Amino acid sequence: MAVPSYAGRLERTWYYVFRILCGLIFFFLIAPIVIMVPLSFNVQPYFTYTTEMLTLNPEGYSLRWYQDLFSSSSWMNSIKNSLIIGVASTILATTLGTLAALGLSRSEMPAKGLIMGALISPMIVPLIISAAGMFFFYSSVGLAGTYLGVILAHAALGTPFVVITVTATLVGFDNSLVRASASLGANPARTFFKIQMPLILPGVISGGLFAFITSFDEIVIVLFVAGVDQRTIPREMWSGIREQISPTILAVATILVAFSIALLTTVELLRRRSERLRGMSPG
Amino acid sequence: MTQGDAATDPSMTDHMRDGQMVTADGTPLKASLKRAERRRKIIALLFVAPLLVFLMISFIIPIGQMMFRSVDNPQITSTLPRTLEAMEAWDGQGLPDEPVYAALAADLTIAQENRTVGQLAVRLNYEISAARGALTRTARQVSNMEAPYKEKFLDAHRLWGNPEIFQIIKREGRPLTASYYVSALDRTYDADGNIVLQNENRRIYVDLYIRTLLMSLGITFLTLLLGFPISFLMSSLPMRYANLLMIFVLLPFWTSLLVRTTAWIVLLQQQGVINELLVWAGFISSDNRLGMIHNMTGTIIAMTHILLPFMVLPLYSVMKTIPPSYVRAARSLGANPWVAFWRVYVPQTLPGIGAGAVLVFIISIGYYITPALVGGQSGQMISNLIAYHMQTSLNWGLAAALGTILLVGVLVLYWVYNKLVGADIKLG
Amino acid sequence: MNKPMLKMLGVTSAVSLLAVSAVQAQDPVRLTIVSWGGAYTQSQVRAYHEPYAEANPHITIVNDDGSANALAGLRAQSQAGNVTWDLVDMLPSDAQLACDEGIIMPIDHDAMLAPAPDGTPASQDFLPGSLGECFIPQIVYSTVVTFNTEMFPEDNQPSSIADFFNVDDFPGRRAIQNRPGGNLEWALFADGVHPDDIYDVLETPEGVDRAFAKLDTIKDNLVFWTEGAQSPQLLADQEVAFSTGYNGRIFDAAEVEGQPFAIIWDGQIVEWDGWVIPYGPNQEAVLEYVYWATDTQRLADQAKFISYGPARASSAPLVGEHADLGIDMNSHMPTNPDNYFSPIVLDNDFWTDYGDELRERFANWMLR
Repeated sequence: MAVPSYAGRLERTWYYVFRILCGLIFFFLIAPIVIMVPLSFNVQPYFTYTTEMLTLNPEGYSLRWYQDLFSSSSWMNSIKNSLIIGVASTILATTLGTLAALGLSRSEMPAKGLIMGALISPMIVPLIISAAGMFFFYSSVGLAGTYLGVILAHAALGTPFVVITVTATLVGFDNSLVRASASLGANPARTFFKIQMPLILPGVISGGLFAFITSFDEIVIVLFVAGVDQRTIPREMWSGIREQISPTILAVATILVAFSIALLTTVELLRRRSERLRGMSPG
Repeated sequence: MTQGDAATDPSMTDHMRDGQMVTADGTPLKASLKRAERRRKIIALLFVAPLLVFLMISFIIPIGQMMFRSVDNPQITSTLPRTLEAMEAWDGQGLPDEPVYAALAADLTIAQENRTVGQLAVRLNYEISAARGALTRTARQVSNMEAPYKEKFLDAHRLWGNPEIFQIIKREGRPLTASYYVSALDRTYDADGNIVLQNENRRIYVDLYIRTLLMSLGITFLTLLLGFPISFLMSSLPMRYANLLMIFVLLPFWTSLLVRTTAWIVLLQQQGVINELLVWAGFISSDNRLGMIHNMTGTIIAMTHILLPFMVLPLYSVMKTIPPSYVRAARSLGANPWVAFWRVYVPQTLPGIGAGAVLVFIISIGYYITPALVGGQSGQMISNLIAYHMQTSLNWGLAAALGTILLVGVLVLYWVYNKLVGADIKLG
Repeated sequence: MNKPMLKMLGVTSAVSLLAVSAVQAQDPVRLTIVSWGGAYTQSQVRAYHEPYAEANPHITIVNDDGSANALAGLRAQSQAGNVTWDLVDMLPSDAQLACDEGIIMPIDHDAMLAPAPDGTPASQDFLPGSLGECFIPQIVYSTVVTFNTEMFPEDNQPSSIADFFNVDDFPGRRAIQNRPGGNLEWALFADGVHPDDIYDVLETPEGVDRAFAKLDTIKDNLVFWTEGAQSPQLLADQEVAFSTGYNGRIFDAAEVEGQPFAIIWDGQIVEWDGWVIPYGPNQEAVLEYVYWATDTQRLADQAKFISYGPARASSAPLVGEHADLGIDMNSHMPTNPDNYFSPIVLDNDFWTDYGDELRERFANWMLR
């Protein structure tokens, strides 16, 4: 957006004011996360920058909170739990969600609106309500306080993302490719793996990543449905924040930020690949 | 799919019989098409069925069951059947006579043995204070009581001399109740059984719903206010720069909610980064640090930050598709920049604004974690009270009623939005 | 294991330890014990869990910090017929409710608990009024008002509940718990009601109005806390000048972490806390554990780690020094006569009867 040649002085001023405003908003978005990161290396157990830190004196920095973290059995346990629950619920959500998306994108699908509504309902219903419902129901069937219970609950929350992303990759899918494949003698399974699969794969993977991050970041359901054995990272952070914010939480937070950067990069690469495959310009 | 395709293959419909198109094996084409169509429907449904069944069991039934809990009222009918029967003869005025007390004694004896008196006592205490004590204490003595029971009961607890407790037993002695909704709307029953407003200093929920609504609207407005300019900037920049700026939106989006809430606590608390900075710069003295957290301000700041990406992503994806030529045309036709912007550009962004606003509003109206961690008292929202009734006060019926009201509100909102805008919720 | 056998085991704790390990089949047992978390769970771990697990290597103890929501958890688990908790630390009022609902075990105190070393049966040894139908008391704790000494000039330090309600002479924010229990009692106490009359006054609508009117006088200066660990945190961060809180946690912050806190023992609110036994998976093992962990020496041992008073009369003389700091714990006990000069004993019957109504009113009051 360059200033058009016909712009007056007022407009030029506005152009710069606007850019400064936008800069401030971007700062608002990113600053809290960035400011927190160095504090996790603070020698002192405080949440402010010490003079040593500001003068970049190495003595102001240390890895002690990371050592604390990696030597704490409850934190290590929560990392293990988060991974177990995250991976299991992602596999479940991705399998069921992909299948459903394939069905939904068939033109002959009856009652499409209604079914789509039901399938994405876990995304619309406020989490506290889902948590309440699951707490009562899972308790009454003995699933509360078990890994299975938390995995089922998280899979339910994750499926809408898979359904939506995979359906999106199937939009504009040229069905004549399938017919062509069939007419050339391929059976339906071969057609699926050779024709549809490569096209929807980016959608499946990014849907799976969404499902994984949903489970990985989820806390409300865990608070209500999980027991002491299923404490996940967010659950551990929750009690840490409620009781006493130690810099160990900042160390966890920093690791999670690094983790989200990795996830973000993956999703972005996938999206570009998908658009390239579908013949759209990248971006 | 291949079978269906074969049936519609034009090469196979070259036959006519009795003026009807038929297929190679002689079945009328219409019937054959219909059958093929049905088969394809079933195949499509079979793809969706596993997920549908899964969600039914893991998600939809639990929520239905929770909603049922808001009207479910088994405690009185199952524990006091004799009392309810004896009370049929009672006119609801003054204290009932001896047979009712005798039936109550019989019911309480059994309830004490089966240990069901506790649940009954808790249930009745929702309706009238001191009922819990009256029931549990009387039930412990009841096996030693003898007829006439009425005086023994009047001795055992003063509440048995209050006709109100019997009116309540009679009113609530049904398998379904509306009383949780009555409470959830800050209403109560008066002596004649009419629903009236709760005593002024016990009203909580309606105000809290309104506050939740206003806070959600405020947060939605703030995210729009902040999200619009940056989406506009990104959509007008060359793709390369836009993608770079997009990282500022996507990184918070992908970062754990608890991490972001922690970050705001670190920034906003009294000994936090912002206060230290202000003190250091001399804007405020060390004794007058700003209270930016554990109140509504903190909740709104943190939630606006957390939800801003949900506004930017749909806005940006809509703005990206708006060709700049319209605004240029308006300008060249003599419109000043503001008019061109307001009258030409903004209307085209409405679908994005709608999608973003509904998304942010729906998420924030049911928000629990951030208000619970940084909300203090003034930043509490309705979901915090739902959690409170589920975990602390244990009034699960009331929690379910409050939750059902919230859920219905959200669904209605979503439905209206779908009717008006009709766009799906999109992901970045 | 039958009750006579349990009795037989309890001659002395040492013998019982030996006997327990001899009698128990050595299959590994995992006991899930639910408690309040933080410094309190730590005191139990060090006084009970660690020594017990050391003497009984087949026992593993898992700590669950679920006591704040214990009644909800117990209800949910028993409803599902899938009780995973073996032992739960609870307040007596909640224990009575759970007991009335039949979801925890009734206790025959003399049969299931060790007698005092001099042979006094358990029911006589535990402090009067502390035993419940299903409740085994462990400690006497008190809720007290504490202040940060650095936030008041040295010649003007607060010393009474009346000072807590006096914003003019003692300015600064105050943190109280977000529930009526305790706060209404203090309001009336500060308003001049004698501790023995507080609940009679609170039973009347005028009394409730009076309590809220008193709270109104400090409302603009109030902050609310939910969980026990928050009050020392708020004080340490100087977010508030005063905070109400549990005396054990305050002790921990003041003596162990060296925070500049001082307790106002005036109007301390005294209550019991103790164990209940759900119908969990390891009932035999848990009964043995409880028999041992609530004996005279063990209850006195807990006072080495946290400043809560043991619930047995026979434990009091055994209270000694703090395990790590070496300071005498007696002066920090709520029940020490120097501290116990104007206690308000929490009336659980009152809160059972009026709790729902007053909680609503309190929530309403907080929100406006």
